[in-house]
Amino acid sequence: MKVSYYPGCSLHATGKEYDQSVKAVSRALGIELAEVNDWSCCGASSAHMTNYRLSVALPARNLASAEKAGLDVMVPCAACFNRFKMAQHHLRENGALKKEIEEIIGESCRGDLAVRNPIDVFSKDIGLEKLAEKVTRKLAGLKPVSYYGCLLLRPPEVCEFDNYENPVLLDKIMEAMGAEPRNWSCKTDCCGGSLTLGKTDIVIRLVDKLMTMAREAGANCLVTACPVCMANLDMRPREEIRLPVFYFTELMALAMGLPGPTEWFKLHNTDPAPLLKSLALL
Amino acid sequence: MGAFLEEVNRRIDGVPIQRCYHCRKCSAGCPVAFAMEYNPNKVIKMIQMGKRAEVLGSSTIWLCASCETCVTRCPNDVDIARMMDVLREMVIEEGLGAREKKILKFHEAFLAGIRSGGRINEPMMIARYKMTTGDLFSDLKMGLDMFMKGKLSLISPKTKDMTSVRKIFDRTKK
Repeated sequence: MKVSYYPGCSLHATGKEYDQSVKAVSRALGIELAEVNDWSCCGASSAHMTNYRLSVALPARNLASAEKAGLDVMVPCAACFNRFKMAQHHLRENGALKKEIEEIIGESCRGDLAVRNPIDVFSKDIGLEKLAEKVTRKLAGLKPVSYYGCLLLRPPEVCEFDNYENPVLLDKIMEAMGAEPRNWSCKTDCCGGSLTLGKTDIVIRLVDKLMTMAREAGANCLVTACPVCMANLDMRPREEIRLPVFYFTELMALAMGLPGPTEWFKLHNTDPAPLLKSLALL
Repeated sequence: MGAFLEEVNRRIDGVPIQRCYHCRKCSAGCPVAFAMEYNPNKVIKMIQMGKRAEVLGSSTIWLCASCETCVTRCPNDVDIARMMDVLREMVIEEGLGAREKKILKFHEAFLAGIRSGGRINEPMMIARYKMTTGDLFSDLKMGLDMFMKGKLSLISPKTKDMTSVRKIFDRTKK
């Protein structure tokens, strides 16, 4: 299987370990990734919060580039994924806007490419059984809660790959890895996202609640698929209630015995090594 | 009195916001409502009542994190998240000044980063934000930790065809 790959800006910096673990897991699963030619930023929250046409044009430039390759495009970052899906939605719904955006970006953009998140690709195209077969070291004793946040699933008619109030695919992937995911009611709650710099106190309150609820659910870690959620959960909660947070692909790589996890874990702010060592997983 | 409502609806270009019957599902599910001076459904009512200055001068419209919980749960499909975008755009276009200045400064620093390199270099973007807000020292230790771990670099690959990126900014400028 071959897909186009759009890493986005975060995956080259604060989300470096997400980029590297997505690549490692994809390789092991026989998924070939071809980076979108000369990609640019999707505009994230800042574009749509301030300028509507900019927020469609920035993803459209990348979609137009990916359309030339003609393959499904895999977008690991939840924010980029959301902006791509949203731009396609607007382009499909509004013919006049599509024409205007094509003039702005200077090329045509059909807006019909399959934009896929790796959770979706791994669980559906590869399949949970095949994932389980790849496991060389079951993640026994690891009790993650799945944290999707906002941008992977809302609005549901745009994002369309998992249940939007009680998504289950991340739990199923974790189960396939031999972990023991805990159920909780905060899977799709908000971490405060980009308010982290402008309104840090709000983000602290939101992630404190998430950590508290994760602990109440009996979890010993959280698993996510978003670099913004990761940064907020990993760095913003009160010290005394923090739990380690992982990108789901880091845990897949760990279970599949792939090289890399030890180095990635060193990049985390909340050190996951003590937990993993206590479970003899590291 | 109806002019403000009409303008907001025209910009949203979707379900008219007066379809709201104030069930308050949006406000109940809003993760940031605790910090807002007006709950999301109250903003709708204020727009209907023509309270333009109060709405555009509020913190609420900047605190909205665009989590989309409101529009996902609204029984009448009112796109409240989009409404908040529209209200922010109006403040910027009319040069009214944002009530939450740091939040707008963040967006400006972010977009300036894209304009200059096509992609965001996170440490440079944060430095730009800190220079414009004067908030130099918060999170300094966290940032230095990330540098020490080799997570952040001041130089990162840029988009090659910057002409096309600049054109997007020029052509979408109001």
